[in-house]
Amino acid sequence: MTAAAPEPGVTARPAGGGDARPVKVAVRDLTVRFAADRGDLRVLEHVDLEVREGELITILGPSGCGKSTLLNVIGGFVRPTSGAVTIDGEPVTGPDPRRIFVFQERGVFPWLTVEGNIGFGLRGLPAADRAARIRHYVKMVGLAGFEKAYPHELSGGMKQRVEVARALAVGPDVLYLDEPFGALDSITRLTMRAELLRLWQAERKTILFVTHDIEESVQLADRIVVMSQRPARIRRIVEVDIPHPRDLSAPRYLELRDAIFAEIGLAHQI
Amino acid sequence: MSPSPTAGLGRRLLHRLAPFAGLALLVAAWDVALRLAPGSLLPRPAEVVAALGRLAATDELLGHVVASVFRVTWGFLLAAVTAVPAGVALGLVRPANAALGPLFELLRPISPLAWIPLAILWLGVGDLAAVAIIFLGSFLPLVLATENAVRTMSEVHLAAGRNFGLDGVALARRVVLPSILPSLVVGLRLSLGIAWLVVVAAEMIAVTSGLGFLIIDARNAGNRYDVVVGGMVMIGLIGVALDAGMRRLERSLVAGRGAEAGEPA
Repeated sequence: MTAAAPEPGVTARPAGGGDARPVKVAVRDLTVRFAADRGDLRVLEHVDLEVREGELITILGPSGCGKSTLLNVIGGFVRPTSGAVTIDGEPVTGPDPRRIFVFQERGVFPWLTVEGNIGFGLRGLPAADRAARIRHYVKMVGLAGFEKAYPHELSGGMKQRVEVARALAVGPDVLYLDEPFGALDSITRLTMRAELLRLWQAERKTILFVTHDIEESVQLADRIVVMSQRPARIRRIVEVDIPHPRDLSAPRYLELRDAIFAEIGLAHQI
Repeated sequence: MSPSPTAGLGRRLLHRLAPFAGLALLVAAWDVALRLAPGSLLPRPAEVVAALGRLAATDELLGHVVASVFRVTWGFLLAAVTAVPAGVALGLVRPANAALGPLFELLRPISPLAWIPLAILWLGVGDLAAVAIIFLGSFLPLVLATENAVRTMSEVHLAAGRNFGLDGVALARRVVLPSILPSLVVGLRLSLGIAWLVVVAAEMIAVTSGLGFLIIDARNAGNRYDVVVGGMVMIGLIGVALDAGMRRLERSLVAGRGAEAGEPA
C-alpha cells in the first residue's frame, strides 16, 4: 500500500516539523520482536517519532497492531529489540515517576480509597502537603465527596478519573494513556475526553495517548500518529490544525476525520 | 398462590434446623445402633457427654485444649511469618523460583507426620518437636499458596507500583501484599486447618499432653473409648471455632473492597 499519496486535507510532515518547542520524547529506529512459537513475532519495525514538550499526540491504529507495545517501550516497561527512546535527551531504562502510565481503569488499587489511590505516589511528602495535594486533585477530577469511597463503589468513568488524578498528583512531565477510555460507555467517553483536554490545558503536560478510535484522535490530538497493521510502522503523521474547543461538525474536522478513515482503508458508510 | 403464614413459619423453622439435621441423625443412629448391639466397647452419646463433663470438672480437659492450641498457635504463626515473605519472593523473583521451586515441589508430598521421627531426634520429646511438625505442615502449603497468588495478581498493579518508583520490599509491602490479601487469607485459613490436623497426630507420639495425647492415652490406659470419642468431639468443635475465627478475620481484612476484590483483575 502506498501511504505516500497525499489525501486532500491531510498535511503529512516530518515529526514535529516547524514546531519551536523542544523535543521531549524521541524514538529512534525502534524495532521490537517477541519470541514466539513459530519464529519471532515482529511487532514494531523502524519506528521514528519525536514528541514536543506540551504536545498531545495520539497513536492510532487497529487492535493488536503494536501501538500499545510502542507506548510500553516508551514508558520503560518493555525493552526494545533495537533502537532507543530518549526523554529530555536521556535514554529510558525503566519506568520513572516523572512519567506516569495510565492504564484502563484496571489500574486503580481496589484496596485503597479514592484518597489513598490519589495519594499513592506522595509518600515522601509531609502529611499536610500530601493532604493538600490530594484535595486539589480530588477536586480537579470532580470526585469531591467520594474521598473515602473504594473503587468498587465507583463507576468506570470515576475509576478512570481516580487513575488520572493519581498520575497528575505526582507532578509528572509526561502522561502515557493506553486506551484509557476504551472500557467506558460512549457518553462517558465524550465527557472524559473533554475533561482530559481541560486538564491538559491547565497543566500543559506532554501526553501520548494510544487509541483505536479515529474520532477520539481527531478530537484530542495536536498530531495523530497513524500506525499500520503489525509489524507496525508509522504510516503517516497527521497534524490537526483545529484550535480547541473543537466543533465536531465543522467542515475541517470532518475533512480530517474522513481523510484518516480513507487512509486506513475504511469506508465510512455502513 | 401465596404460601399460608403457618407454612412460611414451618419453612423458616426448617431452614434454621437444617444445619443440625445431619448431626442429629448421626447421634440418633449411633445411639440406636448401640442399643441394638449391647456389649460393644463403643460408648453411647450420653456416656461421651458424661466423660467430657468429668474431664471438664477437673480442669484436665482445659489443660489438654490449651496445650494443643498453644502448639498450633506457635507452629502456625512461625509458618505464617516465614512462608508469606518466602512465597512473595518466589512469586516475584525468577531466580529464587528457579532455585527453590523444585525443592518445595519435592518436599510437598512428604506428609508432615513423616517428619515426626526426625523432629524427635533433633528436638527431643516435647513442645518444640510438636511445634516444628506443625510448622512444617503449614509452611509449605502457605508458601505455595502465596507464590501462586503473587503470580496471578494483576500485572497492571505491579506495573503501576513500579511506575511510582517502588521496588523490592516497598513494592511487596505497598502493592503485592495488599493485592494478594484476599487469596492470602484463604491460604492462611487452609493452612491453619492443616496445622490443627497435624497437632493431634504429633501429640500422639511426641508429647504427653494435648488432645491427641488424651485420645491415645485413654485407649492405652484401659480402653476408655468414652474419653477417646470425647476427645474427638473436642477436636471437631475447636477446629470449627478456628475456622470461624479465620473467616471473621478474612471478612474484616478485605472489608471495603467489595465482592470484586477477591477476583483476579
